Amino acid sequence: MYFLGDSLGTALTLLISLDGEVLRTVWTSLFVSFAAILAAMVVAVPLGGVIALREFPGKRLTLTLLNTLMAMPTVVVGLLIYGLLSRQGPFGEHGLLFTPAAMMLGQIVLAVPIVAHYTVAAVAGADPRILPTALTLGAGPLRAMLQIFVEVRFGLVAAVVAGFGRIIAEVGVAMMLGGNIRGYTRTMTTAIALETSKGEFAFALALGLVLMTVALLVNLFLNLLQQR
Amino acid sequence: MHQLRIVLALVLLTTFLVAPAWAEERLRLATTTSTENSGLLAALLPPFEKAQNCKVDVIAVGTGKAIKLGEAGDVDVVMVHDKANEEKFVAEGFGVERKDLMYNDFVLLGPSSDPAGVLGSADIAEALKKIAASGTPFVSRGDLSGTHSKEKELWQAAGVAPAGAWYLEAGLGMGEVITMAGERQGYTLSDRGTWIAFAAKNDLRIVAEGDKRLFNPYGLIVVNPARHPHVKVKLAEAFVAFLLSEEGRKLISGFTVNGQQLFFTY
Repeated sequence: MYFLGDSLGTALTLLISLDGEVLRTVWTSLFVSFAAILAAMVVAVPLGGVIALREFPGKRLTLTLLNTLMAMPTVVVGLLIYGLLSRQGPFGEHGLLFTPAAMMLGQIVLAVPIVAHYTVAAVAGADPRILPTALTLGAGPLRAMLQIFVEVRFGLVAAVVAGFGRIIAEVGVAMMLGGNIRGYTRTMTTAIALETSKGEFAFALALGLVLMTVALLVNLFLNLLQQR
Repeated sequence: MHQLRIVLALVLLTTFLVAPAWAEERLRLATTTSTENSGLLAALLPPFEKAQNCKVDVIAVGTGKAIKLGEAGDVDVVMVHDKANEEKFVAEGFGVERKDLMYNDFVLLGPSSDPAGVLGSADIAEALKKIAASGTPFVSRGDLSGTHSKEKELWQAAGVAPAGAWYLEAGLGMGEVITMAGERQGYTLSDRGTWIAFAAKNDLRIVAEGDKRLFNPYGLIVVNPARHPHVKVKLAEAFVAFLLSEEGRKLISGFTVNGQQLFFTY
């Protein structure tokens, strides 16, 4: 493939020259996915904690459901939310379709099952004595759960990293709900799809390398957090 | 509870950071991949955005989907190339009025070896008949785009119902279909604009052109505010007026790729 060499050079040039349009795309990707993962965390970590610690009827079914949702194709999530946000849908009057907010919403839906699943695994693997100990020491149930989260924080970071990896790399939701609008909802993945459709394979691959570099930096940063 | 508060603060902070960007007035334009991928819009929009202090959000999809977006009220303006469906869109009350914006033409592309022997055909229907008879691959857009609409119309004129292993329905954009036709050494129908932009990227060539039936007019329609009250009528009308003005027409006819003019104004 003749373009492999080209794209490596192009990627380096893009990274070094800090091309404005590429920067804007990287920023949109990071911003949307960070906001989505933060929101997903707020929902999914407590959810995972409750599922792991509480015994309730249908617990196994809930876990199976969670695992199935992890395999949900991104375009299906995109399609469902598209139906809700379109002007003809139930939430149409807010005009959210083709905005960064719509992309965030889709990515939250994608990330919640993953983060919740890994949280369940982390909490289930924690020392079983923490909860009763915390409770006997006079902690309320909320405080006790927080104590467990502190104990398994590495597992939680792994959960968030896994969720972030899924949403920053996905293209279905970003394309359908964002609409790939230049300078507004164009992310790295939709830009790659667009450049490919334009036949600019070298440039598309270069963007792919930029995406990998950004992912590497994010993971290095999280790794650093874990070590502290 | 401390951590939770930090997370909440972060969420709020990001909301505030992005709020100003959302407050800016935005006009939504659904258009075809041919106008976006060729680079025409990148030349047309900035002067308008500057004059009106707004942003034009371009949703580049096939004509069929662009019209659907207009019907649903998800965009303010539609710029497409499928006159029959555009007129239907207006007749059904989804659009206010269709304005002629610009035109170019379609061309039939094929491999240099020309296995179906259609090179230089003046009659496009005859050329399609020969392709069908020869069984050479023909790549169709297959996506209800304006080009796909035109292609179906031409097959009908040729009296052929295209089907079989040689007829490939790609479901992709124009550029991807040209690339696919090049890889499969088959024929395809393309608008001239996209072809000019792609000519250097593969070894297909124009095998037939110039038939009157290959005319490719682009229309501009504001989505009907009577149907969708949230449509930004004033901005949309200003946009239409700008494109049809002397300045807009000059930008369109002055736009070139590889030294060739892609679109012509009336």
